[in-house]
Amino acid sequence: MRQLRGILAPYLLSLPSWVYLLIFFLIPLGSMLGMALAVGNPLTGYTMSDNFSIFGQALSSFGDSFIRSFWYGTASTIITLAMAYPVAYWIAFYGGRHKSTFLFLIMLPFFVSFVIRVLAWEFILSDNSFVLGPLKEMGILPEKFRILSTQWAVIGGLVYNSFAYYVLPLYVVLEKIDRRLVRAANDLYASPVTAFLKIILPLSAPGVFAGFLLVFVTNVGDFVNAALLGGPGTYMIGNIIQDAFFLNQNYPMAAALSSMLMLMLMLAILLYSKTFGTDTIQEYAA
Amino acid sequence: MSGAVSTPMPSAYKKSRLGERVLACFTWAMIIYTMLPIAVMVVFSFNFAPNGRVALNWLHFTFSNYTHAFAIQDLTTALVHSLEVAIGSGLISVILGTPLALALARHKFWGKTVTDIVIFADIAAPAVVVGASLLSLFLTLNLPRGLLTIFIAHVAFNLAFAVVVIRARVSGLDKSLDRAAADLGATPWVAFWTVIFPLILPGIIGAMLLCFMLSIDDLIITTFVAGQTLTFPLWVYGAVKVGTPPQVFVLSTFIFAGGVLLALVNAAVTHRRQSV
Repeated sequence: MRQLRGILAPYLLSLPSWVYLLIFFLIPLGSMLGMALAVGNPLTGYTMSDNFSIFGQALSSFGDSFIRSFWYGTASTIITLAMAYPVAYWIAFYGGRHKSTFLFLIMLPFFVSFVIRVLAWEFILSDNSFVLGPLKEMGILPEKFRILSTQWAVIGGLVYNSFAYYVLPLYVVLEKIDRRLVRAANDLYASPVTAFLKIILPLSAPGVFAGFLLVFVTNVGDFVNAALLGGPGTYMIGNIIQDAFFLNQNYPMAAALSSMLMLMLMLAILLYSKTFGTDTIQEYAA
Repeated sequence: MSGAVSTPMPSAYKKSRLGERVLACFTWAMIIYTMLPIAVMVVFSFNFAPNGRVALNWLHFTFSNYTHAFAIQDLTTALVHSLEVAIGSGLISVILGTPLALALARHKFWGKTVTDIVIFADIAAPAVVVGASLLSLFLTLNLPRGLLTIFIAHVAFNLAFAVVVIRARVSGLDKSLDRAAADLGATPWVAFWTVIFPLILPGIIGAMLLCFMLSIDDLIITTFVAGQTLTFPLWVYGAVKVGTPPQVFVLSTFIFAGGVLLALVNAAVTHRRQSV
């Protein structure tokens, strides 16, 4: 009896979460695929079909938005990495007693609502704001200069919102590196640059990749930055899905687009977990 | 021999000192960059707001936004919705997540790898996809969208985070604690509540705080499943096109101050417990 309980215990313990995730995470992904293949409209209801051409239709109509999303996602993730790495490095190696204070300062934006952060940037970047306005009056910037509603405003917004998410995994890996290895490299007459390239960079690679994946996936799927900071020319795939659901009520198209986005990103995630395993990402995600 | 060799070369030493300075400046610049929008939010919450809309430029200092903080009925209701969903979904997430975290951290079982992948996928899945797929489900089931569907969606994305945070705490526990409790005649149930639970409680509280923050912050998933019901981020997002009332900045300053305070108290308590 006691042994049986020991064997059953993990299944009983994981049952409630499994049921929940099955109903509200896994099955919805399937029902989204089903929705993509449905024909009909919101008033008369839907019937299933084998209308697989909708995926080709989605790609031919909105292929440019897919490409734009992946470009914004890639650009913003690389810029964020370039900004976050030095910061994580300095805090991990030179932060001393105040490491947690520095990390806390970096994480302060978490205490402000996401939409408010984007809204604040819309304020800062707007054409006649307290930043651009005076610069234009002084003649430093031309009167027609604008950042808002360009792609750089959107990418900038994505960068700002992922900065802290990228510093954390980088900090975790850098903090773990044995300092004696760097010391040993110095002893062997390695220049600081060589020591960095041959020791620190390879050892911090898991954090670089884990952060890259999380930030990239989040940014490709974002539509809030594009909606508030961008213009008509910066529509991302998230905006298209949003519009298809709520503006045009074209549910099958919306579902087809999100299914395709999911499949593309799942491919990236699968490739990642095959190469690096899932343990690290769970560690850094929290 | 180590003494002579391990002393860094003077030139390299100087270079790394310079490098450290540059890095320090860069870090401080990034901290300022991080705080810039927060500062804008707090400062402009004290700015005079003509026509009940936030002005783009500094006009003059006023407290009146604060005395009228709750003047917009819908916005206050939306904030209450957000708080309800955040507290409720945080609580349910840890109740569902703690058993799974225990199973993953202390047992080997069939399906463990699959469970890991599902948890990982739940965290890594893009919000647009999670929102769109839940909406597909609710549309298929003909479930009316509202506070309930928002709550369901928030538990669906919070659960994975709760499992990961609590699991980290559970893996730090000594396995012989269970055996000691069993040797002393405790049933697994009693052992859990008297031995394990108090030890993992900080992890559970940490998980709940994280879920609370993620929930109150969420806009993307909520837009899909909210129907006509508004949460705080949804209200703000909807108001952008007609102009932002100053109350938005006032209330988010409250949320910011409350969150920072809570985090500092949590850190102080953990610190004291560790040093005792």
